[in-house]
Amino acid sequence: MGEEKRLIYLDNAATTKTAPEVVEAMLPYFTELYGNPSSVYEFSQKSKEAITRAREIIAGSLGAKTEEIYFTGGGSESDNWALKAAAEAYRGKGNHIITSKIEHHAVLHTGDWLEKQGYEVTYLDVDENGTVKTEELKKAIRPTTILISIMFANNEIGTIQPVKEIGRIAKEHGILFHTDAVQAFGQIPIHVDELNIDMLSSSAHKLNGPKGIGFLYIRKGVKIRSLIHGGAQERKRRAGTENVPGIVGYGAAVERAVRTMEERTSKEKELRDYLIDRVLKEVPYTRLNGHRTNRLPNNTNFSFQFIEGESLLIMLDMEGICGSSGSACTSGSLDPSHVLLAIGLPHEIAHGSLRLTLSEETTKEELDHVVESVKKIVEKLRNMSPLYEDYMRRQ
Amino acid sequence: MYSDKVMDHFQNPRNVGEIEDASGVGTVGNAKCGDIMRIYLDIDDNQVIQDVKFKTFGCGAAVATSSMATELVKGKTVFEALKVTNKAVMEALDGLPPVKVHCSLLAEEAIHAALWDYAEKHGITIEGLEKPKSDIHEGEEEESEEY
Ligand SMILES: Cc1ncc(COP(=O)(O)O)c(C=O)c1O
Repeated sequence: MGEEKRLIYLDNAATTKTAPEVVEAMLPYFTELYGNPSSVYEFSQKSKEAITRAREIIAGSLGAKTEEIYFTGGGSESDNWALKAAAEAYRGKGNHIITSKIEHHAVLHTGDWLEKQGYEVTYLDVDENGTVKTEELKKAIRPTTILISIMFANNEIGTIQPVKEIGRIAKEHGILFHTDAVQAFGQIPIHVDELNIDMLSSSAHKLNGPKGIGFLYIRKGVKIRSLIHGGAQERKRRAGTENVPGIVGYGAAVERAVRTMEERTSKEKELRDYLIDRVLKEVPYTRLNGHRTNRLPNNTNFSFQFIEGESLLIMLDMEGICGSSGSACTSGSLDPSHVLLAIGLPHEIAHGSLRLTLSEETTKEELDHVVESVKKIVEKLRNMSPLYEDYMRRQ
Repeated sequence: MYSDKVMDHFQNPRNVGEIEDASGVGTVGNAKCGDIMRIYLDIDDNQVIQDVKFKTFGCGAAVATSSMATELVKGKTVFEALKVTNKAVMEALDGLPPVKVHCSLLAEEAIHAALWDYAEKHGITIEGLEKPKSDIHEGEEEESEEY
């Protein structure tokens, strides 16, 4: 295996490697301690206790109470639940929901669906850095507003939202505040009381936990309808035999994320800034998408003018580099990423985007290799591009 | 996701470039949708395509279909070139994923647009050739915007 064959995984916003210690914590709950937590015998109590422990770890990390953590099947489910069930529970108060144009589709498409059910949804604009404008939020509030749902940090461009300010505004107006913290949880310290968060979505596989397990934090006192009807699991709000290994893995992942956060994220930030600086300096006609500093510690997102993202990704893949793009070709639609359009990029520049998201295992040496590959590939694609040809002719 | 042939033409595209004083140039697609193809034709007095070059902004399939289309028309007469359909391009590439079929249509259109330009410049009509559908000349200023 030569240098070329190695894998440089820079798509940690898509998913992360399940940490070995997390897998180890999970294994006994498949093979030995497989009892159904709802059963009465002693053997099953072990499963039940394991769930309680995981719930305590997670609640503790957020400054929440254990009974405020509800396990779900992942981030999308948590987002769907928060919006749909809160909308229904507060229907008597009003039918207006405020969210933003840069939310994950789990929120946006749920918003679209709610509109079809007769709710009114305001999608707030963001500024050129991808930050929700809190002045716009204040203006959007109506007497009928029942829910504000703004993500903690964006999954594509990494911009961290003014969550504290949003929480304060929501509280002042007596409106529920939900935040999709799928990308932020484990990377940024979050305290639900300090930030006035009423509901929070998270997903384990973004923080070195297993896939298919998430939670929704629901502040005590918030009225919310059950998501899945059936048994008495999750305080009757989300029925179904628990994913015990998943929950145990989630607990282990959170315990680990909290323990390593400071050191891990400061290292990632340093490498992130190194990558940003080199790419901007060494690749002409390139911009950084998202806020320069107020962004997730591991997120970089560039637009390379005159080229298209999918071809860039395939060429990077041939060099063993995994990244992602907001081009239409990779989104499966004709339009490029809604987030890149929301920050005001013209279509053709949005098509040429590249997101590289680091992990704690990323090294400077890997990034050096990535920068060299990106330079080479961008140049090759530009030499093939009629847009570049036209631009150069005009110079 | 792509056949070996597509990957080969994407990695090693044939006939990339420009032709100065080309007999015909056609540009189709638009930057908004993420695909633009430009084909240059050098056509001799016997209406044989002596040389062909392309430039493409787009995904892997867009590059590969442009490359294959140039191979298929090189050395042909304009009438033969007119008969190179998107199906022929796709078959020559051992197929495309369904969502990428439009790339092959764009390649066919780019050839037609270049032939149309040739016919117009030389005051001739090529039987069976229709005016190409998409032309991006109006939108061209947009992409040079500095940001
Ligand atoms: C911001 C955000 N919300 C929600 C989700 C969905 O999470 P999951 O894949 O666990 O359903 C993701 C993951 O892509 C995300 O980044």
